[in-house]
Amino acid sequence: MMRVFVEGIGLVGPGLDGWLAARGVLAGVEPYKYAPVRLPPLALLPPAERRRAGTTVRLAIAAGMEALEHAGRDPVDMPIVCAASGGDGETIHETLSVLASQQREVSPTRFHNSVHNAPSGYWAVASGSRAPSISLSAFDASVRAGLLEAAVQASVLDRPVTLIAYDVPYPQPLHAARPISATFGVALVLVPRRADRVIAALTISMADAVSPATCMADGELERLRLGNPAARALPLLAAMARAAVCTIHLDDVDIVVEPS
Amino acid sequence: MLGCPALPASGTQSMHPLRVSQFSIVSSIGAGQEATLAALRSGVSGLHPCAFETVDLPTCTGAVESLAEFRLHDAFSAFDCRNNRLAEMALRQDGFEDAVAALLARHGPRRIGLFLGTSTSGILQAELAYRDRDAITGMLPPWFDYQRTHNVASLSTYLRQRLGIAGPSFVVSCACASTAKTFGSAARMIEAGMCDAAIVGGADSLCLTTLYGFHALGLNAPGPCRPFDAARNGISIGEAAGFAILERPQPGGSGDDIMLLGVGESNDAYHMSSPHPEGVGARLAMERALMSAGLVPEDIDYINLHGTATRVGDAAEDSAVSTLFGNETPCSSTKGQTGHTLGAAGIVEAIVSALAIRHRILPGSPHTETVDPLFRSQYHILCKPASIDTVLSNSFGFGGSNCGLIFGRQR
Repeated sequence: MMRVFVEGIGLVGPGLDGWLAARGVLAGVEPYKYAPVRLPPLALLPPAERRRAGTTVRLAIAAGMEALEHAGRDPVDMPIVCAASGGDGETIHETLSVLASQQREVSPTRFHNSVHNAPSGYWAVASGSRAPSISLSAFDASVRAGLLEAAVQASVLDRPVTLIAYDVPYPQPLHAARPISATFGVALVLVPRRADRVIAALTISMADAVSPATCMADGELERLRLGNPAARALPLLAAMARAAVCTIHLDDVDIVVEPS
Repeated sequence: MLGCPALPASGTQSMHPLRVSQFSIVSSIGAGQEATLAALRSGVSGLHPCAFETVDLPTCTGAVESLAEFRLHDAFSAFDCRNNRLAEMALRQDGFEDAVAALLARHGPRRIGLFLGTSTSGILQAELAYRDRDAITGMLPPWFDYQRTHNVASLSTYLRQRLGIAGPSFVVSCACASTAKTFGSAARMIEAGMCDAAIVGGADSLCLTTLYGFHALGLNAPGPCRPFDAARNGISIGEAAGFAILERPQPGGSGDDIMLLGVGESNDAYHMSSPHPEGVGARLAMERALMSAGLVPEDIDYINLHGTATRVGDAAEDSAVSTLFGNETPCSSTKGQTGHTLGAAGIVEAIVSALAIRHRILPGSPHTETVDPLFRSQYHILCKPASIDTVLSNSFGFGGSNCGLIFGRQR
């Protein structure tokens, strides 16, 4: 069992344009209204990297930077944990298409963007942070994996850690093999001890018996939760937005959420 | 919050050493520890002109030839792909399966963690599926199983079911630092009490994406790679799988036990596919590994370098190593033997380090003839007997991801 504290939240999703703006919707006091995802410009990246960055990079940086701003923390020296079910859909599709053609002339930029840790690499260039970063996947349980790794790092290393989880829809024909319905990114700044800005305490344990996952009450938000692996974090966000003590079941992990 | 006051792995504080109680390996130089050790001693190389699939490139690869005929157990055929075959092959070496069974009996499935690494997973299946798209609809063929083969997490999904493990698990995918970093995740999870033991390592297998991708970057050597050579001209891509079991040390353990003493991680914050020219991130990872092990540079008897044989990468690593260690600590890259096994390089070289300690050898560097005269580190070309107690193993990847691991004997 581990106890960590959430100090900042970032959120990028359809109709969920940042944590502060979306808090009312997540708490169930405002109606959910769909709107396409807007990714902010990558002001932090040098022009060459800005041109090369794919959607996952922009999504991860947008969510992560919002969370750090919310927490009032500098990204320099901040370890990050990136959790994504898969890579950047367009990059993978273009590379696979070229490899299936006669020429097989892979673009060097697409190739280096194809690594799972591309967003963390761009993040480091953007922030100048040489702190450790790690990029994980556990298919639909990627948020659970990222939360465990980030909470363990915060506890064991006794330092703040930022979790960034994101996934993007794939173009066809990959979409049929891996349907992801929407773009979604979420970030949490986790700290090992209670501090002024703390939003909630999370007590995380491996479940003795796996309970059915906590769902979203709103039908559209529930479809979003099921449509994107990163959106599996929605019930956790909703619990923090409601500011009431509750237990969230996320795959084989139980999270007791206690608002500050 | 925690049962223990001390703080480990990749920060600035020291970690509690963990016992590497079992390990297994398959690469182009052999299957199993015995074959790998014999190859290290003889200096034989697994690199040959590339004959993989339909690839038409003037380069060498370190291929595991018998994979084509190798089969998973019937019950797991949905996971069948080159990467999972390679993983299964490693599982069947060195009594690893039996060791996992004993581990399960000791701790129970829920107290064992599974932290595995890969860079490209089973992407070869997707490459083949894209050639087999429906002529009219463009859809992928029905045989393509994205989740169980192509997806990054395929490896841990497969082994979780195959081995019956129910503790925390995920795949680390940080390009060529992937499997090295699994040691860090496992050490932290054990320290935090989320599991009592962990299986680490992973697999990376040949695919068109990496062969043509490195070709596009101009980084494939035409002949076998020559790490740290004045005339080095690029990498040779290899494939490999390996696993290790990490447990808390046993009281009164023997001097033959291999221990994980330190883990250090960093990011270059410089460029996606080129290392920092002075190896600033690499040096940070090594410094953090030493700090985490509570050691100083003089304590390291041998450094197994990342040494992929690119012009820039080797120069950056030489700079980082010689700045931190001076010019007396023996070092070598074993990629002239195995090739650069990309995401698997970390586990392969962790096992090479463990073999070096246990069997008292200083591994060499076949194909390297003349060490770059501009380099300052103490590079070794021929394998020789040596009393080695403590080894640092370096793994660096795209995205500026760096990891240093330190192994030693039980003290």
